[in-house]
Amino acid sequence: MTKNIEILSSSVNGSDPQFTDPDFTYSSMTKNPYQYWSWLSGGCALAVCFLLAVILVKPIGVSTQFVIADGLLANLFSEQLIVEDNLTKAGYQSSNAYLEKSGGKYAAAVAKPWNYGFVFVLSMLLGGWLGRTWQYRNTGMPLQQLPEIHIQQFGRTPSLRYLLTFSGGVIVLFGARLAGGCTSGHMMSGMMQTAVSGYLFTIAVFAAAIPTAIILYRR
Amino acid sequence: MELWLELGLAAGLGTVFGLVLQRVGAADPNKIIGMLRLTDLHLMKTILAGVGISSALLFAGLWAGVIDAGHLSIKSMSWAVVVGGLLLGFGWALGGFCPGTGVAAAGSGRIDAVFFILGGLVGAGLYMVMFNSFADSYLLEPLLGGKVTLVVTGKSTALINAEWSAIVAITVAFLFFLIARLIPVGLRKLR
Repeated sequence: MTKNIEILSSSVNGSDPQFTDPDFTYSSMTKNPYQYWSWLSGGCALAVCFLLAVILVKPIGVSTQFVIADGLLANLFSEQLIVEDNLTKAGYQSSNAYLEKSGGKYAAAVAKPWNYGFVFVLSMLLGGWLGRTWQYRNTGMPLQQLPEIHIQQFGRTPSLRYLLTFSGGVIVLFGARLAGGCTSGHMMSGMMQTAVSGYLFTIAVFAAAIPTAIILYRR
Repeated sequence: MELWLELGLAAGLGTVFGLVLQRVGAADPNKIIGMLRLTDLHLMKTILAGVGISSALLFAGLWAGVIDAGHLSIKSMSWAVVVGGLLLGFGWALGGFCPGTGVAAAGSGRIDAVFFILGGLVGAGLYMVMFNSFADSYLLEPLLGGKVTLVVTGKSTALINAEWSAIVAITVAFLFFLIARLIPVGLRKLR
């Protein structure tokens, strides 16, 4: 904590480009203290991720791996959950109908968690940390655990914040599994391939998300 | 593909994707909620540009024979996509995380994102347990023939015939980019 404050105050003295760059525009709309990439650079970077994934392996998707993680947890407590079965396409069957669907594909992923999809999502944790470290070196901005937008609306209430993100998580992943994909799989990968499901998913997501955010975060 | 190569690619691509999500601001709840309440559309411009650029290059690569159509994966169309999308949108607006950005944010050290992931495990678990009750319902029945795309991909039913596919794919990709270019960052101001 002290280290963060020291770096922040030293950045005020001139090392932070936010204070030294003469072209830096500082208005409530354009301020960018965390130096996020511009929409064009960011769009190119996202495009590279989604393209590379489809060229080398398959389209990016994340939400399936929450099911695999649940399967791994449940597998610790139940010996009957995943059983080897050569009659199914993937070589495994499960007492859970969802893990068993599509020829036991998910059951096989739970039985062998060192697979592409699961390692991909685990590696995103490392990526997030690297991105954050890079950002911190450039800007000296400490990680603000309680988002500004939450403080403006609800004050300094970390437990309410955790309750909101926890319940958000429950609803988001239930919805993603029902839809068969999330923002990565349906919205980005789907629309990239001109999938009709991707367009409809995106419209549905924003139709619910925009009014909810406008009503919930009014201040 | 050999296992070591597959896992190496997973680790490399996953790390880069997490890093990019963090650097474009998609793992920052302020940016997500700012986008959803239309006060800061920077991230929406980024997403639209990403879709446009990747789509144009994907189809160029497919026609040039550089990209293997076998690698594509089209998700099935059903009412569940719409209902699930509405639910996801509502939950996304509550906390500002979706599955991928939640994982990247947790990696960056956000405690609220860890709560999001715990909630996500509960939500996905609920779906697993409840799957039987709507597995055969109309919600999951394929619509329009299931795996449908606008243009011919070689892996889906296309709404537009092969002759027009090239022009439609490029036009759609260009439109995404154009919208990304044109929408203002601050569409709406508070009060």
